[in-house]
Amino acid sequence: MLSEENQKKVEELRKRYPTSQALILPVLWIVQEQEGYISEDSMKHVASLLNVPFVQILGVVSFYSMLQKKRTGKNHIEVCTNVSCMLRGSEKILQHIEKRLGIKAGETSPDQKWTLSEAECMGSCGNAPMLVIGDEYYENLTIEKVDELIDKLK
Amino acid sequence: MNFHPADIKHLNEWKRVIIPDDRDLYKIDSYLAQGGYNALKKSLEMKPEEIIDEVKKSNLRGRGGACFPTGLKWSFMPKNSDKPKYLCVNGDESEPGTFKDRQILEYNPHLLIEGAIIACYAMGVTTAYIYIRGEYNKWIKMLQKAIDDAYAKEFIGENILGKEFSTQVYIHRGAGAYICGEESSLMNSIEGARGYPRVKPPFPAQSGLWGCPTTINNVETISNIPLIISNGWEWYCKIGADKHPGPILVGVSGNVNHPGVFEMPTGKPLLEIIYEWAGGVPGNKGIKAVIPGGSSTMILRGDRLEGIRMDAESLKDAGSSVGTAGIIVMDEDTDLIEVITRIAQFYYQESCGQCTPCREGTNWMFKILKRFQKYEAKSEDIDLLLDIANNIEGNTICALGDAAAWPVQSAIHNFRDEFEKCVEMSRIQTIVA
Repeated sequence: MLSEENQKKVEELRKRYPTSQALILPVLWIVQEQEGYISEDSMKHVASLLNVPFVQILGVVSFYSMLQKKRTGKNHIEVCTNVSCMLRGSEKILQHIEKRLGIKAGETSPDQKWTLSEAECMGSCGNAPMLVIGDEYYENLTIEKVDELIDKLK
Repeated sequence: MNFHPADIKHLNEWKRVIIPDDRDLYKIDSYLAQGGYNALKKSLEMKPEEIIDEVKKSNLRGRGGACFPTGLKWSFMPKNSDKPKYLCVNGDESEPGTFKDRQILEYNPHLLIEGAIIACYAMGVTTAYIYIRGEYNKWIKMLQKAIDDAYAKEFIGENILGKEFSTQVYIHRGAGAYICGEESSLMNSIEGARGYPRVKPPFPAQSGLWGCPTTINNVETISNIPLIISNGWEWYCKIGADKHPGPILVGVSGNVNHPGVFEMPTGKPLLEIIYEWAGGVPGNKGIKAVIPGGSSTMILRGDRLEGIRMDAESLKDAGSSVGTAGIIVMDEDTDLIEVITRIAQFYYQESCGQCTPCREGTNWMFKILKRFQKYEAKSEDIDLLLDIANNIEGNTICALGDAAAWPVQSAIHNFRDEFEKCVEMSRIQTIVA
């Protein structure tokens, strides 16, 4: 199920840890990067690849918020609404995005183009308000900047 | 991208050492040109116990929140062990209001790497894991590049600089769990388990990763090590506050004109940091409240900041703590109930669910605070909140329970009138309805 290149990556990773259980998180990251999310089949595959019980994989997947159990929209927008961002207007930013995309935080658009989430502090308090799409941080947001960004991704 | 500290003109009084002016330091050649990895060379000529002694005398205290003396922590590691020893560098940085370690990863990653290798040598560690929060993938890639370059120059790996000493440095990526910044939870996360904190004792130095002796230090703490070795403990312990010396990365966010991370000696007055370093409050408004060290620290009243300094002792005397040195400033128009409710929501979300007082209590506090927000609160709700907070504090395996209780306790203690106002509004609303 993993691509040949990714299988090689897993073999490289084995050298880093004394147990194969420790590879669960790194391998789940590889799966998510390849597939976009972590399906039950993927979890079974990882369990047999690492020779650990399936329940161990399920336990890890269900614990960490960044591991996606369902396919998300093409663009997954996460808006930080924690205190530092809140004090600098993150609520308005979130409401504006909800209006623009026609979905609420926690939802995916019917065309699978957008997923919108409310997020906890992502370590960008000095550049608040902010949002994240994938690995990319968009900081010091204004309504205009958000509009520009959505138009570009449309 | 962040602004580079060199962009701020008025801060030249302190010559920055954690994040110096050179914008190319992330490149290994620039780092070497500035004397980089000389501290490692010097360290390898010293005995491991001499390094631990040097760190002890420097009075360096951990920068991850607990302010524990670093040298003392290192000395807990057994000298002779038939098991491998491990170092975990904590870059989980998830405390709301904290964004300092990210600056090191971006601007001076080799300082961190050099510090980690010296720490490994001092404690006889053969593998170091740098645990970085999953959201920081961009910075993980930057750090990985720096680690690869350090391997290529043989500063990491087998027989470092031709000596008998060998160590490996790996990055372990988190996946979005605040609790994994707690040291025992971080170790469980590396081991491939759910990030549940462990009961202590045993402490990590006795039984940590895979039951082996382990030390966990924050990214900023480790980044101080090369500076201590290069310049000596006498130089270090004279910087800033007596009992909590050294340079410190202070983050300022919220209602200020120039939010950001500032490197300064410890012990600077809070008001100077807010008004001179961070440019004061927009619209010249007054300050209602300040959180001094990330959302887990006790909230302070804006009209009682005079004389409080940014160091462990001064903030302890003021009834709070230095935490991660992430200052959040709230101006006079801030709805404090809204802020506390948001903080309570955070701890409710992030409680790992292992201990009942925290799992249930954080949810109750959040629900009750929402009643205040919606003007549906009764007068006995204020003491009910306090009662729940008091019953969480000290009754959980890890400090997340305390961290959830303290903001609520301190908000009621310092701003009881705001809670009473909500109760009064609730009463009026009931009559009108």
